[in-house]
Amino acid sequence: MYSRSYKSLVSLPPLLWVGLFLFLPYALMFAHSLWIVRDGVLFHQWTFENYRKLFANPVYLEVLWRTVRIAASVTFCSILLSYPLAYYLSFHARARKELLYQLVIVPLWVSYLVRGYAWKTILGSDGVLNGFLRYLHITHAPVSFLLYSPFAVVLTLTHIYTPFVFLPVYASLEHIPRYLVEASQDLGAGPLATFRRVVLPLSLPGLLAGATFAFVLSLGDFLAPLLVGGSSSTMIANIVQSLFGAAYDWPLGAAISVCILLLVVALLFLTERLEKRWAFR
Amino acid sequence: MNSAPTLDPAPNAPLLELCNVAKRFGSRAVLQDVSLDVAAGEFLTLLGESGSGKTTLLRLIAGFERPTAGEIRMGGERLDLLPPHRRRVNTVFQSYALFPHLNVRENVGYGLRVKGIGKNETSERVEQALAMVKMQDFAGAQPARLSGGQQQRVALARALVNRPQLLLLDEPLSALDANLRKQMQSELKTLQREVGITFLFVTHDQEEAMALSDRIALLREGQLEQVASPREIYARPASAYTAQFIGQTNLLRGEIRNGIANCGVLRWPLAAADGAATFSLRPEAIRLSGDAVRRNTEVKFRAGIRQQLFAGASELLEVDAGAGQVLRVRVPPSGVLTGEHELVFSIADAVRVKES
Repeated sequence: MYSRSYKSLVSLPPLLWVGLFLFLPYALMFAHSLWIVRDGVLFHQWTFENYRKLFANPVYLEVLWRTVRIAASVTFCSILLSYPLAYYLSFHARARKELLYQLVIVPLWVSYLVRGYAWKTILGSDGVLNGFLRYLHITHAPVSFLLYSPFAVVLTLTHIYTPFVFLPVYASLEHIPRYLVEASQDLGAGPLATFRRVVLPLSLPGLLAGATFAFVLSLGDFLAPLLVGGSSSTMIANIVQSLFGAAYDWPLGAAISVCILLLVVALLFLTERLEKRWAFR
Repeated sequence: MNSAPTLDPAPNAPLLELCNVAKRFGSRAVLQDVSLDVAAGEFLTLLGESGSGKTTLLRLIAGFERPTAGEIRMGGERLDLLPPHRRRVNTVFQSYALFPHLNVRENVGYGLRVKGIGKNETSERVEQALAMVKMQDFAGAQPARLSGGQQQRVALARALVNRPQLLLLDEPLSALDANLRKQMQSELKTLQREVGITFLFVTHDQEEAMALSDRIALLREGQLEQVASPREIYARPASAYTAQFIGQTNLLRGEIRNGIANCGVLRWPLAAADGAATFSLRPEAIRLSGDAVRRNTEVKFRAGIRQQLFAGASELLEVDAGAGQVLRVRVPPSGVLTGEHELVFSIADAVRVKES
């Protein structure tokens, strides 16, 4: 048994950390969302004016909707890329498993900014991709939709977040006992039926965890639209950033942040419940 | 079964034939030149120590591994070329391998569902199979909530519901505690008689093998040591290894010279060519001599009691026949024994075995 003073001593640092870096900022954000700015001056006056403005202005809702669409696309593409990869690695790669696993992980060690700029270089008018297309005489003029478009944002974010989907999917596939696959075959199920009835259902919790990562991280992203997105693919975090910066309307920015926070919390709550229901053993 | 009469196997043809089957993993030979026939309706046990290749042999038949050499035929047709899901063989796994995301009913119905058998027939057969293993009250339960013995029954029902020609059982009782194990052994035997399906049973437990099997195939380091009925393999072990592995025995090592077998202080007449010889003499073949008459067919000797272990229905003695020759003797309960005693065994019970 540990003494009471020992217990409080040990729990102090994490409590302090949570209070200082989580609770206080959230409280400040929440408070700001209920204050107001008039003529560039912040008034500590309680009001729902910011939330009214937010829902009255179609621009904000449109950007929010676009953000959700982009995040959903990123999630979809990441799953499409990482599930087959994880499946191959877990079930068929054998000796190459370690190497391939490392190759998937390595990009995580490279700075986000570097990867963002890399895509800018690849997709630009004088970029690598356009140069290549012209070299092959597939196009004659530079293809402009590649860069500064929602497509570019989805591509960049997919590249960045695919490992985040891959890892939990791979882990859940690795945890499926191989005798279950054998039992399925033994009972007359071919490879496809075995995948559909055994492997896929048992990997759903990992898939869900990965999808949540990709979606939530994409939802709050502001660097990719900044680097490769252009004005046509402004996302909600860019709006928040500008409201806290140039526009100097912290209360409105805070109100938007609260809305996103609620959205994410609701989503996490939902996925956690689903994960629990799909978790066996 | 094939209806074309010309393709029908002869009535007494074996259901399963293993012909010179070998399996290597890299440079390691796990099975070498295994040839074995299994008759339809037979309960055959593959017995062996861990690492003897018995599970690998089962996996070759199930199709999870491919033989490096040799052929496996079932009903006269090549089995080893088919993928596992096309073989009319089902397996009961050592770990049971129940699907954790399906309940008991769905687990048992799995094989029928993937074969596209209709809902009504499926549920009927599932109920039957569950009743057969007395698990009908657990049809809606998740496997994780069941005890080991219950999971075992479900695994059995899940295999039997498909009416396979051949059921493979990979140490299915090894995870159960002793009492449950005995009970399941008896149920398994009854079940096998009822359904009439050929059972190929893997175990490392020789008692289990003796109790259940029509025939035992003893594997040793990837090769078949002996294939025979439990009574025969016990009474007539072919090798010293078999004699020691199945039951307890005394191995008498000696030689035959001029029609006399000499094993330490024990000697008896034996018409055989001169040379070294090894004999297996079961402990229960030796008894305390009650009468003074020494017949020609028996060997009588004096031995000192070194140790006496009381086992309820019998006593196990360790006796010293002189010159350091220690023998184990099983006799009916006979009170505390000390000192020297006259012991006797029948010459016919000293079975000559291959040295190994």
